[in-house]
Amino acid sequence: MFKLSKKQIVWITGILALIALILNKVVYRDLEAYATVSIGIMILGTIIAGYNIFKTAFVGLRYGVIGIDLLVSIAAIGAVIIGEYWEAQAVTFLFTFGDYLESLTLEKTRDSIRSLMDLAPDIARIRRNGEELEISPDEVIYGDLVIIKPGEKIAVDGDVIEGSAYVNQAAITGESMPVSRDPGEEVFSGTIVESGYLVVKAEKVGEDTTFARILHMVEEAQDKKASSQKFLEKFAAWYTPAIILLSIVVGLISRDIRLALTLLVVSCPGALVISTPISYVAAIGNGAKNGVLVKGGEIMEKLGRVKAIAFDKTGTLTEGKPGVSRVKTFDMDENEFLRIAAIGESYSEHPLGSAIIREAEERVGKITETPAEAHMLIGHGLAFTYEGIEYFIGNRKLLDDQNIDYSSHEEYLNAEEELGQTAVIMASEDKVNGIISIADTIRPEANQLVADLHAQNVKHIVMLTGDNRRAAQAVADELGLDGHYSELLPEDKVSALTELSAEYGEVAMVGDGINDAPALASADLGIAIGAAGADVAMETADVVLMSNDIGRLSYAMGLSRATANNVKQNVIFAIIVVLVLLLGVLVQSVNMSLGMLVHEGSVLLVILNAMRLLNYGRKDKRQKPEAVKVG
Amino acid sequence: MTNKTIQLEGMTCPTCVMKIEKLLKKTKGVQESEVLYNSGRVKVSFDENTVSVDDISAAIEQLGYRVVSVK
Repeated sequence: MFKLSKKQIVWITGILALIALILNKVVYRDLEAYATVSIGIMILGTIIAGYNIFKTAFVGLRYGVIGIDLLVSIAAIGAVIIGEYWEAQAVTFLFTFGDYLESLTLEKTRDSIRSLMDLAPDIARIRRNGEELEISPDEVIYGDLVIIKPGEKIAVDGDVIEGSAYVNQAAITGESMPVSRDPGEEVFSGTIVESGYLVVKAEKVGEDTTFARILHMVEEAQDKKASSQKFLEKFAAWYTPAIILLSIVVGLISRDIRLALTLLVVSCPGALVISTPISYVAAIGNGAKNGVLVKGGEIMEKLGRVKAIAFDKTGTLTEGKPGVSRVKTFDMDENEFLRIAAIGESYSEHPLGSAIIREAEERVGKITETPAEAHMLIGHGLAFTYEGIEYFIGNRKLLDDQNIDYSSHEEYLNAEEELGQTAVIMASEDKVNGIISIADTIRPEANQLVADLHAQNVKHIVMLTGDNRRAAQAVADELGLDGHYSELLPEDKVSALTELSAEYGEVAMVGDGINDAPALASADLGIAIGAAGADVAMETADVVLMSNDIGRLSYAMGLSRATANNVKQNVIFAIIVVLVLLLGVLVQSVNMSLGMLVHEGSVLLVILNAMRLLNYGRKDKRQKPEAVKVG
Repeated sequence: MTNKTIQLEGMTCPTCVMKIEKLLKKTKGVQESEVLYNSGRVKVSFDENTVSVDDISAAIEQLGYRVVSVK
């Protein structure tokens, strides 16, 4: 019959309703002749707005589903029968209008994931048999060489084999700061080459790429029904028929058809049923955009409730590779000392040596000079000559061998080692120039994170590590942790978690997901960090931080609590609205059209409230974890 | 057996889910279906010899929802 869009129906029936309102309230009183015209308009409005409602109600009935559209249909038809044309028109118009606005706002919320999908690459330039071809990313096969120029999207996961570039990995990690990528390093599908160019050997293509898997997981997460949602849906399925019955009973007893019909309209459970899922969808969408994948609404709420968090040490709280943590020199400039040490170490390939070179280059720029002469003293260090002076750099044994006296530094060396540091000594001309302390460095954001989590009222933050007690103690002290467990085997981590959860209730475990997989799986809540590309970690963890920025945990915590609050607000608001309306009907101060207006308004408010979660943490989330806002 | 995901628009109330689910259950050739309210999608697996994805889309549209995409 009608081939009108929702929008057109809203406009037409809106104008008809306005005309009817004017005729009824202004003109009708004076001119009786308008009565027929006015009634005609009201019936026309009811039919146009009601056609789709009646149709879906009827189709629904055919499949044995009693929905809100049936309630509205009965009310509208009933109103026409008892001569309440205005009520019929108003109810059908308001319902159509409300439904239109709801679908607009709902699509906007659901778009949070569709905007992620837009980041998917749509073309890949590959080199086969020396020829460059542009093909669809789905047609790329394992081992293909993919060429990416500035401004283009990488279409596969793989290792860089040629070129170097700055890559924006926001699609994966949520981090908008570009990272540099050189041969041998891994890049991901969906990320963008900002400058430079790359040739990448395809390792994972199409549905297997990290990006495709994230998308898939976000979809699954958004659709995973929380138990509260299941309850509400079941509730709605019984509630609607129950209301129809109640209305019939009320109508029969009171002999007031109008009252019975009004009861039908106001009892629609819309806002209540929609309250929980819509908040979850918004929150999960927000998380995914910021590189935090939360696997479902239930986990989204659980995260914020956690009172104890256990962190893995190496690779989670620390960088997982040695770095210079302190430099002490004697009668020598620190930077000059480091520069000379780095020149010597450029000869060695020891990990401690690379830590020294990194630190020196950070302070004084690229080290290009090489020692005039150098030789390794395996297990001790190395000896080298630079600008005519012979230097020795290494451990105590090296100095013992060279008969260099370091007894006055013994105390400092012991203190450093007590802190879990490895001390590297450099000496020249029979005297110690300085001591470099090297350890697995703590991530720069870890300190802030621990403080933030404490501020967010996480009672007990501990560290689990396989390392020795000394190293563990040093890191725990530096970060201000509430405790640590050291020298643990992987299975010990699991029992430590059991212990913690006996004392504190739900415990979250944070790890890099590679060697912590059992602990992540056994914790009440497993959180994997830096999981881009690590499939197992992405699968087993409940919460996945795509980047290495562990500070995001505090944001995720805040988002989780904001979500729990949002759901609570929505549910309470929806219940209050229904109760107030019911009361209003019983004391006869709410009529059908007002009831419908309030009802539709409440559904819209619930959606709009949930949409606030889309913007959570948008400004300044790094400096200000939104702990305070929640509550 | 073919698997498709249909993205819908206009799934405003969760009772929509039941309506679409029951419709699909009664559609010949549809083996399995799952209606996902949160993302507004329908996943179906069906026998292409009996029913086409266009038939399924048309049946859903008849219920008053708009099919945005099929993949």
